[in-house]
Amino acid sequence: MQQAYSPGLRVTTRALVRRERRLPLRGSVLARVGDAVRPPDVIARTELPGNLQTINVALRLGVEPARVAQMLVKPLGADVRAGEVVAEARGLLGLGRRRVAAPAGGYLESVSPISGQITLREPPLPVEVQAYVQGTVVEILPDEGVVIESRGALLQGIFGVGGETWGQLAVPVSSPDAELSPAALRAEHRGCVVVCGARLSYEAVARARELGVTAMIAGGLDDLDLRRLLGRELGVAITGAEEVGITIVLTEGFGRMRMADRAWELLRARAGRLVSVSGATQIRAGVLRPEVLIPETDGAGTETEERFGATLAVGSLVRAIREPYFGRIGRVVELPSELSRLETEAMVKVLTLVFADDGTRVRIPRANVEIIGG
Amino acid sequence: MSAGADEAANGARFILATDCGSTTTKAVLIQHRDDGYRLVARGEAPTTVEAPFEDVTRGVLNAVREVEEAVGRDLIEDDRILSPGRQDAGVDLYASTSSAGGGLQMMVSGLVLQMTGESAQRAALGAGAIVMDVIALNDGRRTHEKVQLLRRLRPDMILLSGGTDGGDVRRVTEMAEILAAADPRARLGTGYQLPVIYAGNRDAADVVRGLLEPHTTVRAVANLRPSLERENLSPARDAIRELFMEHVMAHAPGYRKLMSWSPVPIMPTPGAMGLIIDKVARRDRIAVLGVDIGGATTDVFSVFRAMEPEPVFHRTVSANLGMSYSIANVMAEAGLENILRWVPFAVEEGALRNRIRNKMIRPTTIPQRLEDLIVEQAIAREALRLAFEQHRALAVGLKGVQRERTISEALSPTDGHGSVVDLLELGLIVGSGGVLSHAPRRVQAALMMVDAFLPEGLTLLAVDSIFMAPQLGVLWTVHERAASEVFDRDCLVRLGAVLAPIGTGRIGHPCLTVEVSGPDMAPVTRRVAFGDVVLLPLPPASAVGRVSAVPERGFDLGAGRGRPVSARIPGGCVGLIVDARGRRPFELPSQAAARIERLRAWHHALGAYPERT
Repeated sequence: MQQAYSPGLRVTTRALVRRERRLPLRGSVLARVGDAVRPPDVIARTELPGNLQTINVALRLGVEPARVAQMLVKPLGADVRAGEVVAEARGLLGLGRRRVAAPAGGYLESVSPISGQITLREPPLPVEVQAYVQGTVVEILPDEGVVIESRGALLQGIFGVGGETWGQLAVPVSSPDAELSPAALRAEHRGCVVVCGARLSYEAVARARELGVTAMIAGGLDDLDLRRLLGRELGVAITGAEEVGITIVLTEGFGRMRMADRAWELLRARAGRLVSVSGATQIRAGVLRPEVLIPETDGAGTETEERFGATLAVGSLVRAIREPYFGRIGRVVELPSELSRLETEAMVKVLTLVFADDGTRVRIPRANVEIIGG
Repeated sequence: MSAGADEAANGARFILATDCGSTTTKAVLIQHRDDGYRLVARGEAPTTVEAPFEDVTRGVLNAVREVEEAVGRDLIEDDRILSPGRQDAGVDLYASTSSAGGGLQMMVSGLVLQMTGESAQRAALGAGAIVMDVIALNDGRRTHEKVQLLRRLRPDMILLSGGTDGGDVRRVTEMAEILAAADPRARLGTGYQLPVIYAGNRDAADVVRGLLEPHTTVRAVANLRPSLERENLSPARDAIRELFMEHVMAHAPGYRKLMSWSPVPIMPTPGAMGLIIDKVARRDRIAVLGVDIGGATTDVFSVFRAMEPEPVFHRTVSANLGMSYSIANVMAEAGLENILRWVPFAVEEGALRNRIRNKMIRPTTIPQRLEDLIVEQAIAREALRLAFEQHRALAVGLKGVQRERTISEALSPTDGHGSVVDLLELGLIVGSGGVLSHAPRRVQAALMMVDAFLPEGLTLLAVDSIFMAPQLGVLWTVHERAASEVFDRDCLVRLGAVLAPIGTGRIGHPCLTVEVSGPDMAPVTRRVAFGDVVLLPLPPASAVGRVSAVPERGFDLGAGRGRPVSARIPGGCVGLIVDARGRRPFELPSQAAARIERLRAWHHALGAYPERT
């Protein structure tokens, strides 16, 4: 193959972002076109139907199903509390009274003269959709939600966990290669989105959760720490619904990974700003990547996106993305056209690379680098 | 087949076929020469469905450019494939398969999970789809959970089934109401409605259409379970394939352009691979197991009861077992210890985990060091093993059918709906997919398949040489001769066979005696001890040899314990692997040091890996 892998992640200072915010079922939309919204604003609300419980009254009272309606002590549609008597039968001469109590609170929805069952509907569950991003409502989806438009910086991570959240951006590390120590997290980081440098440790996540940090952004994370955090092995990379009390976005990958300069500079320059973060990731086609959105208050400007072509050339700045040189950055100095034999005996196209840090010259498969600059 | 495809196939001299996989796009050029149709060149390039390209044709053209370079013939003009071509350039026929964009991703629904739900699943799988989830009234989810699931998963297509013809309409209506409430959006593109195929109780078709048509495109076809005793999957499968082209592919990035380049409909990759396996089994009257291990999914195809008038074909897809996008799920499902049992050296767990995860998020990388290759092939064994287990579980008879059982069935420990997969009947295993087709040594592919499937008795082994069976599958629909000739001569690489006795014994004690003979080779006779793996020579793939074996008492090669077997088999480039490691059960030493020692001995005996001096 002639091409290097490019994960196609967006890192841009001026993106125009549209986010659809929809209810899971139809309901009321609370915002209007033109409204300026902030992340916590509720823009739509509905109620999910409560659980349905069936109670076999005929059996429990020992009466014919057709008579169950007469045994109800409350009319259909009436509210009942858990434990409250809903049907009653008396024996001969009013002796030997038998009762059926509601197993849960709710209202009596129906009675069947054929099965002798009554159905009790538990109270509905309120569901609200928040704006998540700061921006302007540009479209109403009738009975379902809105579309919000926002301008600002956008950083897509390569992997994340946890749902949508927001907070003030804090950068308590000094460089993209630094590692956040748990002790560096303080009470003032409560409600913040914290940039953590090259590696996020389980201990740092635990400390952040204690303090109420909403999200953490880092170059890498050890998979063993991810498992500890989730309490299970993550199989398919479809995330976003984890209830781990914090959202995590990785910009580079697993292990200790220096944050790419572009990502680091974008974040560092925006410390103190309100950011929206989602860890939702789907690694399959129609890829969904975790994101960090930082709305610009001046609003103006066009998108200036830094994307690099995926065609390798002598002079391309690349990063090795597989062992034995994983994470190291260098420039391409040679692109031999003939196939080369690897230690595995596979015959593949390779490139020669000079590493930026120590000037070492190595040959690696073209498939094992990603282009990070022209 | 369209008239255009007919015309193009007629007398075709140059044929180009591509497969747009989830990670890699492959191109093959076939030429008609004096000795018939032959593969003349291949090329590959990363698939470009995703950002930053979002146009599948970019990857197709890149792969075809590699072919151009190899043969020195122009195949591209004005950024499109030149077809029909001219005397000095282009091709006469172009066809493509695709699993890019994750392939065809469907949700299926039935009323009862184990009955219409399972039939609907089989219909979708048979058409080449990935079944993302099965929704049924009895699936244990509450209504709003079903609604949320439909919205979250964003399938390409939904197959709604349920009820037998003339049965209760009310419950099918309930399922349709759930779909209507979800108002699911299609995954690719926003400018079209999600296709829904209705293949349930025919009396409910109008009601279902009325509920769903405002939001989706409904195609009603014959009920896939018209009665409890009958399954009728063809109409639903045909509709899936048509809608895949009309709706899904037409909206995937760049596919409209790709479709305009070929008169042959784009076929889902697994559908094309299944077609090839089925054809080979019927032609050679042999039970075949085909496996295609990709980046995101692993497909298993089988044809059993091959000597009966109507052999039984099954296809399953393990949507989350694969070597790149799904590699971390192999680790999660198999467990790290099961992967490491195939690795003949100690590995630090934390580093290995990070490596697997990084392969998941950067799926096109390849192993540079030998150790990485061995680990990747260990993961492949587990992916294949798990996919095969899933296949065995789904390749069964109909459930929900009242039927009489024979006395022996009644006394057997199975439920009477046992799998049709019979390892002793199995005559040929065909492996495809990067990790098998591109293994640096062919014996590595053979050993991966043997370890994963644990074949019993005598079984032939082959791999798809360069991962081109899917392209030949789609070609088979328009040009059977070209597809068949290239398949036999250039695609199927005969590795040889494996001979594995059923039974267990003490390490080092006699297990069987094997004799191999053939043209241009001196006969070889070997006594093989239990616990050993031995590689014996076979004649080349073009010749036929004879294998005779006598198992020791207590071991069975398919003819009964201690009874000899003899068979004529085609030769192969690897040879005959005599696998005396035991079956039923097959066990690896539980102690790491002993296990590593055994693995090294087996690898050495087979010459599986380069050995450092």
